[in-house]
Amino acid sequence: MTDSVPKDTTKLARQFIEAIPYARELGMNLEEISDGRAVISMAYNKDLIGDPESGVIHGGAVSALMDTCAGAAVMSHPETPFSTATLDLRIDYMRSATPGHAITAIAECYHVTRTVAFVRATTLDEDTDRPVATATGTFTISRGK
Amino acid sequence: MMRKRPEPVQVIKQRRDAALSSLVSGVPFIRFLGVQIDRRGDELTAVLPYDDKLIGNPMLPALHGGATAAFLEITAIMELAWAGLWDDIEGADADVHNDDIPTPRMPKTIDFTVDYLRSGLPRDAYARAKVNRSGRRYASVHVEAWQDNRSRLFAQATGHFLMPSREPKG
Repeated sequence: MTDSVPKDTTKLARQFIEAIPYARELGMNLEEISDGRAVISMAYNKDLIGDPESGVIHGGAVSALMDTCAGAAVMSHPETPFSTATLDLRIDYMRSATPGHAITAIAECYHVTRTVAFVRATTLDEDTDRPVATATGTFTISRGK
Repeated sequence: MMRKRPEPVQVIKQRRDAALSSLVSGVPFIRFLGVQIDRRGDELTAVLPYDDKLIGNPMLPALHGGATAAFLEITAIMELAWAGLWDDIEGADADVHNDDIPTPRMPKTIDFTVDYLRSGLPRDAYARAKVNRSGRRYASVHVEAWQDNRSRLFAQATGHFLMPSREPKG
């Protein structure tokens, strides 16, 4: 086995993720990306509140974070020729994210075929022992023409 | 037996619209996405007006999968909360006037599975939810979203929700 060399895909993926309008709008920050793994954080923001009484952010904001993080993981995979789209994403919400705290998603592309990438993701807040949510997803691998 | 005289249509409309707007306007994330909800009788249609900030792939361009998922989840939760409110304000034993609309109780998402059927175009999107099962504790909801053509869905989703506990009627 050879050491994995940072691929062009990683750099391209980083540039691409950082340019996504919706990810910027929600305040996502790409922390790590390489070889089919990505870490993205998102600061607490009052605009994202889903339950006004508790101040807990909306599940839809957590979904966006995990979808983006999973997509980033796929794009950074050495086998992925750059472009991808979500086919299916299942999210399990274990508990509410603590109001006022940032959340972080970690996604890993655990299997890649010629046409599909399979990804798992976990979202944590400051209590890193108990996940806020987990997701499993499938993503397309576009090889172009 | 005397039947109760039906309320004037304006009174009913005003009460229903006030109940719906209290449901929608209280949630910052719905405002952030710009989702609006149309009502015809008790049927709701959620509308996601197109905005450049919703883009996930600037090269195509296509709506962000996360924006689509959020739109579907909002639609599902609003449908469930609305069904609960509807029973409170229009149900057989409801005795509600326009000035005392009950506070909506929000369901919590347990899981949500989104099926992306085609890429979301830079256009307005629409969604309708159907509550397939609503029990005392859990509910199962299916949502469909389309653009331009109702029979060509661009995404659909199914989710389970934890229903808020009902206070005993007193």
